[in-house]
Amino acid sequence: MQAALSLAADGLKPVIVERSGAVGGKLRDWHRLFPTMTPAQEVLEEMAGRLEHAGVEVMLHTEVEGIGSKGVTLAEGKTLDAAAVIVASGFDIFDARLKEEYGYHVYDNVYTTVDIERMLNKGHVALHDGSAPRRIAFVHCVGSRDEKVNQRHCSKVCCITGVKQAMEMRELFPEAEIYNFYMDIRMFGPGYEELYQQAQQESGINFIRGRVSEASPTIDGRIQIKAEDTLVGRPMKMTVDMLVLIVGMKAAGGNERLAASCKGVTLAPSGFVAPKDMFAGSVETGAPGVFTAGAATAPKTIGESIAEGAMAAEKVVEYLKKAK
Amino acid sequence: MNAVNFGYMISVARGIDLDRNDLTSARELGDEMPEFRACIACGGCTATCTAGNLTSFNFRMVQTLVRRGEYAGAYREMNKCMLCGKCRLVCPRGINTRGVVMLIKRKLGDY
Amino acid sequence: MKRTSWRDYEKEIADDHYYYARSCIRQNFFPGSETTFLRIMRDVLGKDIYDDPRHTSCTGIGYHTDIVPLDTTMAVVARQFALMTEAGYENMAISCITSFGLYTEILETWHEFPETEARARENLFKATGREFKKPANLAHTSDLVFHNREAIAAQAVRKLENAVTGEPLNVVEHIGCHYAKIFPKSGIGGSEFPYVLAGMVDEWGGRVVDYPERRHCCGFGFRNYLVQANRGFSIANSRKKLESMAPYRPDFMVANCPGCAMFLDKWQYAIAEMENVTYGADGRGIPVLTYEEMAGLVLGYDPWEMGMQMHQVDVEPLLARMGVAYDPSGKFLGRAGKYIGAPETAVVNSFTGDRIYRIKA
Repeated sequence: MQAALSLAADGLKPVIVERSGAVGGKLRDWHRLFPTMTPAQEVLEEMAGRLEHAGVEVMLHTEVEGIGSKGVTLAEGKTLDAAAVIVASGFDIFDARLKEEYGYHVYDNVYTTVDIERMLNKGHVALHDGSAPRRIAFVHCVGSRDEKVNQRHCSKVCCITGVKQAMEMRELFPEAEIYNFYMDIRMFGPGYEELYQQAQQESGINFIRGRVSEASPTIDGRIQIKAEDTLVGRPMKMTVDMLVLIVGMKAAGGNERLAASCKGVTLAPSGFVAPKDMFAGSVETGAPGVFTAGAATAPKTIGESIAEGAMAAEKVVEYLKKAK
Repeated sequence: MNAVNFGYMISVARGIDLDRNDLTSARELGDEMPEFRACIACGGCTATCTAGNLTSFNFRMVQTLVRRGEYAGAYREMNKCMLCGKCRLVCPRGINTRGVVMLIKRKLGDY
Repeated sequence: MKRTSWRDYEKEIADDHYYYARSCIRQNFFPGSETTFLRIMRDVLGKDIYDDPRHTSCTGIGYHTDIVPLDTTMAVVARQFALMTEAGYENMAISCITSFGLYTEILETWHEFPETEARARENLFKATGREFKKPANLAHTSDLVFHNREAIAAQAVRKLENAVTGEPLNVVEHIGCHYAKIFPKSGIGGSEFPYVLAGMVDEWGGRVVDYPERRHCCGFGFRNYLVQANRGFSIANSRKKLESMAPYRPDFMVANCPGCAMFLDKWQYAIAEMENVTYGADGRGIPVLTYEEMAGLVLGYDPWEMGMQMHQVDVEPLLARMGVAYDPSGKFLGRAGKYIGAPETAVVNSFTGDRIYRIKA
C-alpha cells in the first residue's frame, strides 16, 4: 500500500494486484499493534483512506501467476503490462498442526496467536466451553528456530507479540496466572524491551526460559505441559486452561512460483525472496525491474514493511529514470 | 507385613510441579516488591557475589526457584549473603537485590 | 481425542509372505503371544509366514547397554537378512520393538553411509560365508495386526466391551519408544499420535484413553533396569504412567513392545510390595496385554492357550468383565495337562491377606 502511495505521489500509475477481497493483508486480522497497542484498524483505515484519496487502482480477487518479461501474468492467462513490479506478497502463517506435540486442533483449548487476535477482535476471549481461563501459557518460537519443521529462521515479531498478548490477557483476566515459555527473548524494536519489563514487573507475567516439549490432555479437559526451567536446570510440568502457540512467519508459498516464473529472482534457504544484497540493495531482487517490500524477503514488522514500501517506490523511480 | 526391599528405591521426581507448588508466597513477594519479577537471569549478581565465589550460594538461581514456589532452603541460602550490595550495582534491571535477600529472609523463614 | 493426523503417517505394509523375527523377551516372558500371532496370521488371515528356528537375538539389548559393538550388531542383523534371503522371503515381520527400531536404524545407516553396509556384508561373509538381500518391506508385527484389523473384526466373537453393560472397555495403549520415536515415518500415526494400537482398539469396539503421560517411556531403559542400583528411576517412570492413567479407570493396557508389556505389568507387583500402592478399579492391578492377546480375546481364543497365565497382574477380573469363559483350574496346566507351577501370592495375583494397600483409581 505504501509503495503504491509513494509511486502515485511521484506521478506514476501504480496498480495493486490483490488476491483477496481487500487490501491490507494480515493486518486486517490483527487487533492491536505492539508496542503501542494502537488499534490495527486505525492504521489500516488511514492507509486505505490515503489509497482511495490518491485514486490508486486496486484489482481485487486477482491471483498472480508469475512475473514474465512482458509484465505480470495473472490467472486466466491475462497479462498486466508493467514497467516495474514490487512484490509485497508478505508471508504465510506457520501451520501449528505441524508441531504435533502441541495438539493444535486435537485438544480443545490450544490456540495460536492468530486465533487470539481474532478472538480479541470479536471482543470475546474464552475457553472452548465459554469459561474464563485461570492459567494461561504462551509457547514462543512455534514454527521458528526449529529444524524439525524446516523453519530455521527467527520470525522476529513473535516475542513481542507474545508479550503483547500476555499483557492483553492480564487486562482481560486479572486473576489468571500467565506464563510465557521462551528460548530467548528478542526485543529488537523501539519500546519493546520496556514493554517486556512492564509485562514482568507490572503485569506479573512469568517468563520461563525453556521450550515446551509436549502438551497432553488431562481428565478435566485442561492441558498438561512439560518444559525445562533451564535457569534452574530442572524439568517442570504444569496444567493450564489455555495454551497459546506463538506461531512464526513462514515464507509465502507463492515465493517459489515467483522464482520459477521470473528469471533472476532467487530464494534464500528459508524460502523467503533473496534480496540483491542485504544492505544497499535490500528491496531489489536479482531481476531488473522486480523489487520487494515487506515480509516477502524476511519476517518484518508493519512499520518496517511500510518503510520498505516507500524505499521500493524510490528504487522503482530510479530504475525507470535509468531505463528511459 | 512390611514393604519388601528389592535393593533399590523408587526414585522421587525432581521436576518442578507447578500444580503442586503453592505460589501464594511467591505472589506476595512480587506484590511487595514488583521489581523482584523483572529478573532476566543475566547472572551479573552471581558473577560478582562475594559469597557466591566461595560457597554454593547462587542468588540468581535461588530467587528464580522462589518465584516458582520452590521455597525449601531459600532462607538458609540467603543467610549466606554478606549484604555487601555489589549485586545491586551490577543489576541491569535495577532490582534492589539486597532488598530481595532481606524480603526472602523475612517471608520464607519457615522453609 | 481428535486423532486426525495419523493418516499422514501411513506406511507400506506387505500383504503376505513374511519372514518372522522373534523377540528374546517375548519368547521368555509371554511366548504364547508369538504363538498366537502365528495362529492369527495363518488360521484367521491365511497368510504365509516363515518361523525360522535358525535366527538369533538381534543383539538389541546388548547393543543398547553398550556391551555389543555396532559392527557386531550389524553383522548379526545382516545374518538375519541372509537367513530371510535363503528362505526365499523378502518381507520381514519383526516381533520386538527394539529389534524393529534397530533394523530400521541399520537400514537407514546403510542408506546414508554405504560404506557401513559394505563392511557389514564383508564381516558377514568372512564369518559365515553368507550373503543377503535387504528386505523389501520391514514391518513390526503390530503393524501387520493393524493392517488386518478389519479382517480380524470380521471374524470376531466379541468386542472390547463390558459383557454386562455393553459399554466399551477403557484401554490404555502404550507404544514402545523405538517404534516411532527414532523415525516417526516408520510408525503408523507417527510418534506423537501413534495409531497402530489405537486403531485396533477403535476397530474392535474399545475406547482409547488419552491421559497426560500417554507418550511417556515405560522406563525400561536397558542398562537402567539391568543394573539393580539404577532400577529406581526405571520403575519411577512406570509409576508416573500408572499414576497418570489411574483416574481414567482403564480396564487394561495394551503394549506393542516386549519390554513395556513386561515392565508395566511386573512393576505393578514391585510398587505394591515396596510402597503398598496398587492400581486398577478393584485394587488388583491393571492387566497388561499384548496386542496378540487382545486380538485373541476378540477372536475367542482360550486365555490359557495364549499364555495369559504368565502375566504378573491377574487377567481374570478382565476376562470376567468381558464375559470370556475360561477354566480356572486349567490356569497353571501346560501341555498335556502338566502342572507348570504357580507364582507366589501377591495382591496383584488376587491374593487377600492382612496387609493394607492404598488403591489408586
